[in-house]
Amino acid sequence: MGEITLERPYSAGVWSRRRTVLIALSMGLVAAFAASLALGSVSIPLNNIVTILMGGEGARASWTTIVMNFRLPKAITAALAGAALSVSGLLMQTLFRNPLADPYVLGISSGASLGVALVVLVTASAGVSLFSGLTLVGDVGLITAASIGAAAVMAVIAIIARRVRHTMTLLILGLMIGYMTGSLVSILIHFSIPDRIQTYINWTFGTFGGVTWSQMPLFSAVILIGLLTAYWVAKPLNAFLLGETYARSMGVDVRRARIGILAASSILAGVVTAFCGPIGFLGVAVPHLCRILLRTSDHRVALPAAALMGASLALIADMIAQVPGGQVILPLNAITALIGAPVVVWVILSRRNLRESFSA
Amino acid sequence: MILETHDLSIGYTKKTIASRLNLTLQAGELVCLLGQNGAGKSTLIRTLAGMQPPLNGRVLLNGDDVRRLDARALARRLGVVLTERADVGMLSVHDLVALGRYPYTDWMSRLQPEDKRAVNRAIESVGASELTYRPVSELSDGERQKVMIARALAQEPALMILDEPTAFLDLPRRAEIMFLLRDLARESGRAILLSTHDLDLALRTADRVWLLANGTLTDGAPEDLVLSGAFASAFQSEGVSFNISEGAFHVQRPQRTPICLSGDGVTRLWTARALERGGFEVVDSAVDRVEIITQTDSTRFRLHYAGVLTEYESIYALIAALRDNSGVVQTS
Repeated sequence: MGEITLERPYSAGVWSRRRTVLIALSMGLVAAFAASLALGSVSIPLNNIVTILMGGEGARASWTTIVMNFRLPKAITAALAGAALSVSGLLMQTLFRNPLADPYVLGISSGASLGVALVVLVTASAGVSLFSGLTLVGDVGLITAASIGAAAVMAVIAIIARRVRHTMTLLILGLMIGYMTGSLVSILIHFSIPDRIQTYINWTFGTFGGVTWSQMPLFSAVILIGLLTAYWVAKPLNAFLLGETYARSMGVDVRRARIGILAASSILAGVVTAFCGPIGFLGVAVPHLCRILLRTSDHRVALPAAALMGASLALIADMIAQVPGGQVILPLNAITALIGAPVVVWVILSRRNLRESFSA
Repeated sequence: MILETHDLSIGYTKKTIASRLNLTLQAGELVCLLGQNGAGKSTLIRTLAGMQPPLNGRVLLNGDDVRRLDARALARRLGVVLTERADVGMLSVHDLVALGRYPYTDWMSRLQPEDKRAVNRAIESVGASELTYRPVSELSDGERQKVMIARALAQEPALMILDEPTAFLDLPRRAEIMFLLRDLARESGRAILLSTHDLDLALRTADRVWLLANGTLTDGAPEDLVLSGAFASAFQSEGVSFNISEGAFHVQRPQRTPICLSGDGVTRLWTARALERGGFEVVDSAVDRVEIITQTDSTRFRLHYAGVLTEYESIYALIAALRDNSGVVQTS
């Protein structure tokens, strides 16, 4: 009797809150997406955008070009990249039981950078023109190199994280990996040619504008596979909230689950880093914002929420970087840091005390 | 027979902790594993739970080797509560306990009616119904431990193993958890094995004690182990001795001054404790003596010491005076 009277309102209340948050985030994403198509150095009215998207012509011919060739692929890239980075960050935070983990902080983006640097700087200086003739092979090579770089760093961190769980140790480790890949990259730069160096340096600023229509199917397919894999491991992720030993005692096949989580997060971080450059702070900030909104760590809702919010925030960050109506373009990484850094500070300060957040 | 071990040796490649263990656990039993720090309690627990390979021999859970069962099958037979204080993120008590249904639910962990019943039953049986919708992060340590026990119960295992479940709790909470576990074992017909440092509570609650000391495990009712002297010898160390008539450990002090205490009832018992703590030995006759004078509305302590008679209204004042007068009373 007590079961029924207590159970119903609780489930109903919790699930309606979760549904409301997900619907609100979806609407936010639609709005951000529309705004990112409309705003820029030239403002285009929304009804014109709808016409152009439906296959018609805009009021001015240049508008069609702007929307179809620049803003639409960029908006899709931003949305997918934001979703990928946020989900990747959420996976890492749960796997490492570390509230400050994300691809950037743990040095996984640095690993991807090294992979990209090897492809961009070395193949070029060796005189192999991967990028000119065989575009698709070049893209695949870039994604593969970035993903392998990301996965290698993930593997190193995963091995060390089993021994030391201290938040601080992992963060220092990420920092050191960042320095080491940084120095390897500078050595590569030293032996590379100026054109390729410029390409690489532009890449490190981060941009959502680098994915062309011909690259889009590959980019989006890889991210969708990563996101679906992440959702598929939502159940073991919930058990991982209690730590690995408890997870195993509740029936999780820890080895398989770990591989699934590591694979999904390295693919997501790797592909985004390959195409958009190392983009910081979205991965660490978005999962926290989602948990606050949802009031739960349950990954069955936290994962879709992180994807939706990450997509919206990436679009918003990109719009701010464009400075609507102006001709200036700010570095994307500067904007994501402005959004994300305060969240990180808040996370550290809101834990019961500083020592706990760095020693537990 | 829920659990049995055959010729089990536990330890690490370089160090054998105990060998040739042939242990059994019956349904409805609460068994306390006792032993000093470093005796190997955790190693035994981890080996029995299948988290660590045995050096030799086998652990059978309902007839199957724990090392051969896959994670899901093992989780349906064995629930575990660890010493570590798990930081669980943002989960309600209900959601945390529902994680215990992991080995029964589908890939989306959707709760079927029987899962919901098991979750509610588990929460109810640890007396945490009023906490059901609270976030776990807001619970006290004692409440959190109850909820972790409920989570293990929701797995509906035949055996529950708890590694020092009372380690971080205050005394009343320890007693509460121990008696809760005893009742759970009786009522649910599960076997419960726990390790603890709480000798006193273990003696009062356990159906059986496994005493691990110097590589051997002594098995029996707590009273058997007390009477056989196994208990005293396992925990013997310099300056501490086991008092068999009180069933408690005492810190030995050299040079105790004899003092006579007259009076009766609880007041006498606690006054004697205070005097012993102060460095006196309570004997039947001595030159110095304390009389407890009980009147309807007050209790006074009359002290005959070195030929002087004084009266005090509290044990504290009595002990303080003894300390000032004699220098015999040692601060502890």
